[in-house]
Amino acid sequence: MAEPLLAISDVRAGYGDAIVLDNVTLEIPDHGSLAVLGRNGVGKSTLFLTIMGYTNVSRGTIVWRGRDITRMAPHRRARVGIGWVAQEREIFPSLSVEENLTVASRPGRWDLKSVHDLFPRLAERKNSKGNQLSGGEQQMLAIARALMTNPALLLLDEPMEGLAPIIVEEVERAIRRMIKDEGTAIVLVEQHAEIALSLTQQAVLLERGRIVHRAPSAELMRDSATLNRYIGLSIEAPAA
Amino acid sequence: MIATTGTALTPHAYLQARSRWGVIEIAFWLATLLPFFLFPNYLSLASQIAITALFALSLDLILGYAGIVSLGHAAFFGLGAYAAGIFSKFVWGEPLSGLVVAAVVAGVVGYATSFIIARFRHLTLIMITLGLGFLVHELANSAHFITGGADGLQGVRIWPIFNYFRFDLYGYTAYSYSLVVLFLTFLVARRLINSPFGLALRGIRENPNRMPAIGASSRAHIRKIYTISATIAGIAGGLLAQTTETVSLGSIDFQRSADVVVMLVLGGVGKLYGGLLGAIIFMVARDQFSGLNPQFWYFPIGVLLVAVVMFLPGGILGGLSRLLAGIRGRRP
Repeated sequence: MAEPLLAISDVRAGYGDAIVLDNVTLEIPDHGSLAVLGRNGVGKSTLFLTIMGYTNVSRGTIVWRGRDITRMAPHRRARVGIGWVAQEREIFPSLSVEENLTVASRPGRWDLKSVHDLFPRLAERKNSKGNQLSGGEQQMLAIARALMTNPALLLLDEPMEGLAPIIVEEVERAIRRMIKDEGTAIVLVEQHAEIALSLTQQAVLLERGRIVHRAPSAELMRDSATLNRYIGLSIEAPAA
Repeated sequence: MIATTGTALTPHAYLQARSRWGVIEIAFWLATLLPFFLFPNYLSLASQIAITALFALSLDLILGYAGIVSLGHAAFFGLGAYAAGIFSKFVWGEPLSGLVVAAVVAGVVGYATSFIIARFRHLTLIMITLGLGFLVHELANSAHFITGGADGLQGVRIWPIFNYFRFDLYGYTAYSYSLVVLFLTFLVARRLINSPFGLALRGIRENPNRMPAIGASSRAHIRKIYTISATIAGIAGGLLAQTTETVSLGSIDFQRSADVVVMLVLGGVGKLYGGLLGAIIFMVARDQFSGLNPQFWYFPIGVLLVAVVMFLPGGILGGLSRLLAGIRGRRP
């Protein structure tokens, strides 16, 4: 089997002395896609912070393309090809849309033209300041900005959260295109389990900082008993 | 302003489009030549203003573009002033090499302290800059044998520039010299701000924790800009020492650190021209008001400062550009 893009083995991580994640083992192959599901506070965002290097890792290793990056500084992880869209979006408020994108720009197939293509709305609003954007536009900008770094792996933390249904559709379409057409590997944390599972190949369920279930996404989609047990919803009747 | 026509597709082209010279900018620099014709008796003051503007520009690079609030920036100004003064006294009085020495001394100390600066933010950072400022001031004060301490550094003699342009009583040479150095340094700063590095700095100012996630090391960037800023502050100090042929403790004290923050806030933070405008307003006001009443010249400055902070968040320059945008019928 080919070397995975990212391999997390037996990682224990947290903040200060507090342990949030334990015994986490994950592999993401090149062009792979993974959904991470779980209730609030189980450590989904901490998993991303750990991959980006913002937490204390007290055990285990994180390996990127065969290279141990467990102790690597966050900005160097971004440069080797890990992109991260935080739940808070964190748009630079007084920079224009175009500046928000340009500041992240690294050479590759994603540039201003191709992200404008992906999100035409950003081209229309290129001279607006970050703080003048709607929530949906901010989310598109956050994703586009991460793409501008031309990552091989994109970490998406609840990209649909709080968005109007029509915007959710647009973001969903963009993510699908990134996975299918562009071959970007993706880890997707999402409360909308049905969308997350329909987009990805593999899925894991987190509970109290541990992985409690692994399955191909299509299989988990039909396994309403497991979904109901760990995230309290079934696909037929999604929770509000 | 950002060009509104077409989309620049590469970061390089985009930043280039941003950095075109506007009419107002060109007019501003042409206006700096007016004192030669309109106020020939005020060229010494004009020279002081140019030097102070350069100092304010150095602060703007860290405060306006990287979000580093410093209350001890006079340390670098003073280091440059003492370096240039002592160099002329004990080595030789050639001004350009003296200015290089001032820049190097301030830059080296700036680089050394940047490692501390890059680790902290907010109140902690302000207190560290304040403490470093006091520290350098006390060093200058107690090293009486070389700095002259409270009596000031005496015996500074500066040779004519290029062995030709003598420093005259009217300040003709002093203003020309200061203005040329200000303009050249400004060009460097402007280029820097309109580079990918400058854009990354603004990202750091907005959100220092976010920038690493898109591939820029906040600390490394802060160390770089702090060193550059200290170097420019040192050049400004060196200019003052050379044009006045003396260095006093006033070039390195807290008052100078505070004044330059006031100027920058008055003019407008993070706009390159804000510090320049602020220095002009502050220095002219000081000159005029202290003529009226030498005791209370700071009073109107205080009123102006409070008014600007309350009603013009972008400083006077921010207010002017909003006004201009209104006239052009665009939203700011």
